[in-house]
Amino acid sequence: MWHVGKVIALGDETATARTITLEVADWPGQVAGQHVDVRLTAPDGYSAVRSYSIASGPNSEGRMELTVERLANGEVSPYLTQELAVDDQLELRGPIGGWFVWRTQQTEPIQLIAGGSGIVPLMAMIRSRASAGSAAPFRLLYSVREPAAVFYRDELRALLGHDQAVNLTYAYTRAAPKNWPRPPGRIDAALIANATWPSNIGATCYVCGPTSFVETAAAFLIASGHSPDKIRTERFGATGDRK
Amino acid sequence: MAIISRGFSGRRTAGDQKLPPGQYLTPDFPVLSAGPTPHVPLDQWEFTIDDGDKVLQRWDWKSFRDLPTETLTVDIHCVTRWSKFGTTWEGVSLDTLLAEVKTDASYALVHSYGGYTTNLPLADLLNKQAWIAFRYEHEDLAPEHGGPARLLVPHLYLWKSAKWVQGITLMDQDKSGFWERLGYHNYGDPWREQRNWGD
Repeated sequence: MWHVGKVIALGDETATARTITLEVADWPGQVAGQHVDVRLTAPDGYSAVRSYSIASGPNSEGRMELTVERLANGEVSPYLTQELAVDDQLELRGPIGGWFVWRTQQTEPIQLIAGGSGIVPLMAMIRSRASAGSAAPFRLLYSVREPAAVFYRDELRALLGHDQAVNLTYAYTRAAPKNWPRPPGRIDAALIANATWPSNIGATCYVCGPTSFVETAAAFLIASGHSPDKIRTERFGATGDRK
Repeated sequence: MAIISRGFSGRRTAGDQKLPPGQYLTPDFPVLSAGPTPHVPLDQWEFTIDDGDKVLQRWDWKSFRDLPTETLTVDIHCVTRWSKFGTTWEGVSLDTLLAEVKTDASYALVHSYGGYTTNLPLADLLNKQAWIAFRYEHEDLAPEHGGPARLLVPHLYLWKSAKWVQGITLMDQDKSGFWERLGYHNYGDPWREQRNWGD
């Protein structure tokens, strides 16, 4: 069944990504990491559906946040990031996905690795952890193109300031802040070794990002001793081959 | 009655009539996998058919590749809503692989290197509906797309086309696979939009 969500706030995360806050009266709730189908319908009945990760943690007000990155050739994301206005309605279906999720009962150490907008479902996990008062130790390795491409910057900073059990490492691929210790570049074995849990700690790893990023990060985790069955992945985008 | 999205016109594609409901056409080949990509050396690869108790048929890579192959061009449909038209594969038909197997089983559980499983009626693997594919667009199948070999069942959503396929267990009773236990539809017909439990 399709739910109706009313847009109650819009906020830009970056030049190309927007957070949409929706009020969904009959939403059944979700687990951190799940996504939702969003349906747009044109006046002639043509419709398009895409799936987006839910960014918000659980809450009691029937509110949900999605953060949508605009794809240059997208059909739905340009509408959601440029056209959509407060008080508009969106049709939603879900929540969807029972694997790439973090449940508040989990107490083991958690390793989150985000590439670009892959931060969105991982942010839901961080928010879910905070609202549940969980003591599960979290580490986040967040790879972004440049400082201006970081989502949720202030919230992450505030969270880290008052909770020692969440550890965050930024990795910049194109441009780093001045005096940043690591020169800009793609993630590598040394970064994975230095910024993630040691493999003997038994962390569950969640890796989300573009396909090539996830393939690389998961391979480095395995090479550094993490068990493949403790690594959960969510990939988006193409492999680059347009055959 | 759907809610009209103010200012949305959408982008129709020429192939819309070939698209199952709720799908969109992509020229790309996205990768959806629940975990890391397993890398299976060909000298360790094998494919088996068993009945839950004993192995009925077993192939190593060489004996598998000695089997007659077929080249097919099909449309594929992922439950995450992308479809891709006219993909060309080379593989061994399940009709060939199951030709010598005598069974009264009605169901199959497909299992993969890395631990993935998916279930489907045995009838959906027969009669030119399913292949173990090892080439995609005339090249060896890339690991992220399921190489060295994957199941290909193009008439069902692509999660049924298990990557890194290792074997098939024939069963009298149906048994849910990985995604089928986690909320995906048990059968997964894209034309009936059987995405999730209850669809």
